[in-house]
Amino acid sequence: MSETADRVKKIVVEHLGVEAEKVTEDASFIDDLGADSLDIVELVMAFEEEFGVEIPDDAAEKISTVKDAISFIDANKG
Amino acid sequence: MRRVVVTGLGLVTPLGADVETAWKNIIASKSGAGTITRFDATDYQCRIACEVKPADHEYGFDAGKRVDHKVQRQVDPFIVYGIDAAGQALEDAGLTDMSEEERFRAGCSIGSGIGGLPGIEAESIVLYEKGPRRVSPHFVHGRLINLISGQVSIKYGLMGPNHAVVTACSTGAHSIGDAARMIAMDDADVMLAGGAESTICPIGIAGFAQARALSTNFNDTPEKASRPYDVDRDGFVMGEGAGVVVLEEYERAKKRGAKIYGEVIGYGLSGDAYHVTAPHPEGSGAFRSMEMAMKKSGLALSDIDYINAHGTSTPLGDELELGAVRRLFGNAIGDLSMSSTKSAIGHLLGGAGAVESIFCLLAMRDQIAPPTLNLDNPSEGCNGVDLVPHVAKERPIKAVLNNSFGFGGTNASLVMRAL
Repeated sequence: MSETADRVKKIVVEHLGVEAEKVTEDASFIDDLGADSLDIVELVMAFEEEFGVEIPDDAAEKISTVKDAISFIDANKG
Repeated sequence: MRRVVVTGLGLVTPLGADVETAWKNIIASKSGAGTITRFDATDYQCRIACEVKPADHEYGFDAGKRVDHKVQRQVDPFIVYGIDAAGQALEDAGLTDMSEEERFRAGCSIGSGIGGLPGIEAESIVLYEKGPRRVSPHFVHGRLINLISGQVSIKYGLMGPNHAVVTACSTGAHSIGDAARMIAMDDADVMLAGGAESTICPIGIAGFAQARALSTNFNDTPEKASRPYDVDRDGFVMGEGAGVVVLEEYERAKKRGAKIYGEVIGYGLSGDAYHVTAPHPEGSGAFRSMEMAMKKSGLALSDIDYINAHGTSTPLGDELELGAVRRLFGNAIGDLSMSSTKSAIGHLLGGAGAVESIFCLLAMRDQIAPPTLNLDNPSEGCNGVDLVPHVAKERPIKAVLNNSFGFGGTNASLVMRAL
């Protein structure tokens, strides 16, 4: 597992209060992890802080699974 | 009018995060006061408060018991306290699994005096240091006063009236009074009613201290600071926590064999129309509030056995309230006991009236009046009144009066009796 994936999963566990095993790369934030649209706004903010990336609103809207988040961060972090 | 009884209680206080622990400690004359631990208050005029204790403390509060992890992260502590106290009350009443039909007729009236001040303070710093895109998306609904009622209604599926009183330190009493009327007027059959507060944060302590409302002479002996009616009192000690009761229509409660703590029979409300923080110099608002509640109750003045006073330990307020009680009750004042439990748990602001109403109900259940701590030398105006100094007093208690007064000159009084 990549270092990005580890850090993303840790943030998801902390923010959504879900068990670490449930945070698989295919897990959907809304369908599998109980997030609502505001939780995703908060997660995106946490990713931006953690990785020093900017995730514009149109990109954030396309992030629906854990893998989507990891891919965006890997592609855009400096 | 339909009759309204109390069938469930829930408490989060500096002396215990459940009803029996808090009450046991109150009766044992314990103090919940201490040096502020939430932040470094070294440079503050007031460095003491009655904090709700952490989960590992002998009588601490475990937020994880009834509040989801995610909710805890998103909302201010006053909402967490309120959700927990509401859950306790519903469990105590045996109403956690009501049918959908019942839940259409069950609502919430749980308010707060100030709301999410610690979160507003913290998030303002985020805004100024990191900019608008770093402000939490949960900022607004995690701080709003009516979000205890909102969260509780979602958690327990309560679809009746959803209300939240905001009347400073009268909030808890107004919440119960208003909710009782909703049941009496047939708007609901069951109401969770009460108040919560948590403002022990830098801006909260600084703000109240600047308003000259807090005690500042007892920073080295915090447990001595809240001393209602005593000559050395110099302001209130800030408390925090929540009190919530289940109010229920009497016939419904009787039919299901519910445990009944007491009946809400009188509710009085008034405004001082005088000053934003100082009480009316003749205690006129307090007098009219109590008078209205007594009139509505149908009781004789001599029927009241115990008064839980507003009694915040401020130089002006305590004696004005006592003066108003004296004028209203006349000779009957010699037969009643009156105390301020703020001497033990501090001033819970928007939670005070609800927490103190619960103490009134327990005083009737156990036939014991809780004490006024630190009342070493009563003020001149206190002669001839049993203020229950230092230790609890066993005595017959069949009917009680609870007073709460708030900034803005808002007053509320409740009369309850045992059945």
